[in-house]
Amino acid sequence: MTDLPGAQWTDEPTDFAQRGRLPRPAGSPASVLGSLNITAASTDPGLLDLPWHLKLEDWPTKNLAALPRGISRHVVRFAHLGGTVIAIKETSEHVARHEYHMLRKLARLDVPGVEPVAVITGRTTAEGAPLDPVLVTRHLKFSLPYRALFSQKLRRDTLTRLIDAQALLLVRLHLIGFYWGDVSLSNTLFRRDAGAFAAYLVDAETGELYPDLSTGQREYDLEIARVNIAGELMDLLEGGLIEEKVDPVATSELIMASYRTLWAELTEKESFELGQRWRVEARIRRLNDLGFDVEEYAIKTTPDGSTIQIQPKVVDAGHHQRRMLRLTGIDAQENQARRLLNDMDAFRADTNPDLDEDISAHMWVSSIFEPIVRSIPRELSGKLEPAEVVHEVLEHRWYMSEQRDRATPLAEALQSYIDTILRHRRDEAAIILTTDTATMKLLDAGDRPAVEGPLGD
Amino acid sequence: MKGLKTVATVTFDNATRLYPGTEKPAVDKLNIEIADGEFLVLVGPSGCGKSTSLRMLAGLEDVNSGRILIGDRDVTDVPPKDRDIAMVFQNYALYPHMSVADNMGFALKIAGVSKEERAARVKDAAKLLDLEAYLDRKPKALSGGQRQRVAMGRAIVRNPQVFLMDEPLSNLDAKLRVQTRTQIASLTRRLGVTTVYVTHDQVEALTMGDRVAVLKDGLLQQVGTPRELYDTPQNVFVAGFIGSPAMNLLELPEVDAGVKFGGAIYPVPRDVLATAAGNTVTLGVRPEDLDLVGQGEGLQVNVDVVEELGADAYVYGHASLNNVEQNMVVRVDGRRPPMKGDTLYVVPKVGHVHLFDAASGLRLEA
Repeated sequence: MTDLPGAQWTDEPTDFAQRGRLPRPAGSPASVLGSLNITAASTDPGLLDLPWHLKLEDWPTKNLAALPRGISRHVVRFAHLGGTVIAIKETSEHVARHEYHMLRKLARLDVPGVEPVAVITGRTTAEGAPLDPVLVTRHLKFSLPYRALFSQKLRRDTLTRLIDAQALLLVRLHLIGFYWGDVSLSNTLFRRDAGAFAAYLVDAETGELYPDLSTGQREYDLEIARVNIAGELMDLLEGGLIEEKVDPVATSELIMASYRTLWAELTEKESFELGQRWRVEARIRRLNDLGFDVEEYAIKTTPDGSTIQIQPKVVDAGHHQRRMLRLTGIDAQENQARRLLNDMDAFRADTNPDLDEDISAHMWVSSIFEPIVRSIPRELSGKLEPAEVVHEVLEHRWYMSEQRDRATPLAEALQSYIDTILRHRRDEAAIILTTDTATMKLLDAGDRPAVEGPLGD
Repeated sequence: MKGLKTVATVTFDNATRLYPGTEKPAVDKLNIEIADGEFLVLVGPSGCGKSTSLRMLAGLEDVNSGRILIGDRDVTDVPPKDRDIAMVFQNYALYPHMSVADNMGFALKIAGVSKEERAARVKDAAKLLDLEAYLDRKPKALSGGQRQRVAMGRAIVRNPQVFLMDEPLSNLDAKLRVQTRTQIASLTRRLGVTTVYVTHDQVEALTMGDRVAVLKDGLLQQVGTPRELYDTPQNVFVAGFIGSPAMNLLELPEVDAGVKFGGAIYPVPRDVLATAAGNTVTLGVRPEDLDLVGQGEGLQVNVDVVEELGADAYVYGHASLNNVEQNMVVRVDGRRPPMKGDTLYVVPKVGHVHLFDAASGLRLEA
């Protein structure tokens, strides 16, 4: 389109870029097979081997990673691609393109979300009848749909942690100007994160990026979240999948408080007297503890200089993650990183407090982290992410030591953890759900009944 | 529906939205009065401001100047959830373990509405939506169309003063889209709830709206009934935007008794021509308002493509005006369509021509 008025920033919410508008120009297709048209950042040649000339419903089992259960407005299937699992959703071309580009934009902005792989249009049957375009995304390894987080019944504190993770994700999305429009537990995936959860956006179909969000937009997203979460919990109650003492409405309201507290801490102005300058430092430390770095803040003083006002302007999630990555090269979740950094600091204090931080970190990796990861038996490697295992081993060691009232050697704690805990966990490497988040049959596990997910997107 | 009827006009009063860091408003001094129970469609090309206008009404966009009223109430600074509006959202998830009735009414439960009241409202909505027989079933038992109606039901049971719909049909396939379009149009009229509907599709706008507001570049171009927009477009933009195939718009020289149309003169009273700046005017004529004439008598059109539709055929061709090629569409008798490469001569039917100032694009009134 050439006549976009006022297109003065790249992500201006023109009608063109929004859900339901005309498709973006396809550009030159990355690969053309017959009439097939693939838009992808990098084309995995394996993509061409999938039976695109068949309706997704009719794909042979040999191509499928798992069979979806539950009811969905879009047809969704999971297939193996290289060493990963991909989700394929049949939808209209403009929805597919909108979501593909939105997921790419979000990835560039470092928002945790699923990875878009391709949009494939121009599909036809062998007889030449047209087939719906598809959006292909990559399944997030070790991610869990919320419905898979309760092996028997969802515990209340698990639920609270899920909602906290969801609130944090929503705050991060709002900080970069993303209005979600369909916030729900179903449209989110969770990864274990050192006793808490890290939330990932799954469905960007209704999302729009703005330079800034108005209060109205944030509040409406929060209202959608509250209503959807309450609905999802009512559904779990109805299905007997959740403790009966859980109150869906009261629980759903937790997200409001969790979101608002976090939002205020990250964005609100704070005023104090000149003599209390330490409060600048304190505010930044609080933000660091919450997992954020302050990239830019505004400090103002009143004309008479008696009062100082501070307001964070640009904050960036991943404070501990970045420190962890810088020191060790290990890419962990935020809480895992926080937990492991604590251990690393304790390690330094115990072994050689005067040692340079980087060198001490390397020693920690080679004497703690790597030995643990290496000693996980191969057949158990699909249970949990390595960083999560290390966190759990360290936790286990702490409990053992407390019980015995003496320090437990790492090797002993490790063996005990593998035998008594890890071996009895289910594999979480590839628990699958549709993009519309119905829980699917577990991959490779097969011993757990599949659960139906909600309809919709 | 019982208890539903509330008087809800919607007024955009010089409502303006200026994004930070830009100079040109995304919506510029919008003035529209929407009557109680009216179905108003906002339509225009991408970036025209139609969705921004809707979001301003919803409370999702700040209003930088001007006001928005629902009924007599100024809602300019009221949070979205307190505006008594319902954004109809086709992406609603349906919950598999809950009955259709609970799927429709659960938001009322969250809002603290009593059980009896909930049951009554759900029943009323189900009756309207032809879902009464399914209330106790699980959503799995419903067809695609019925599931769409459950989504509508969720908005209806809330008894909002205004429904807002932003391209609600864009995710549906063509067949379900036409079907749902008809359902929405008839349902909102039966409910009598004021509805504001956004689409980029002018056909959808004309078929659904009581009135249609055409926007471009953040400015309201014209608001009127579908017939008014079609018959008396107020400027060149509306003339070209409304109608399919589009109106032919030609810049033609003024002559003494009218406008020179190829070898013919289209008569225009002198006082009308006098209101136009310059010595040319823009003449608009719809494809169905061109008559075929003998060789050399009117404007010469060279045929590029013929689209046969049975009774009629559309001829897509080009004419040469001032050595500039100009695309033309002509509707002709489907029984004797011309062939590709043929040459036609056409003149407008008298009284079926729209004249616009070539400089300002505004309609010249006779």
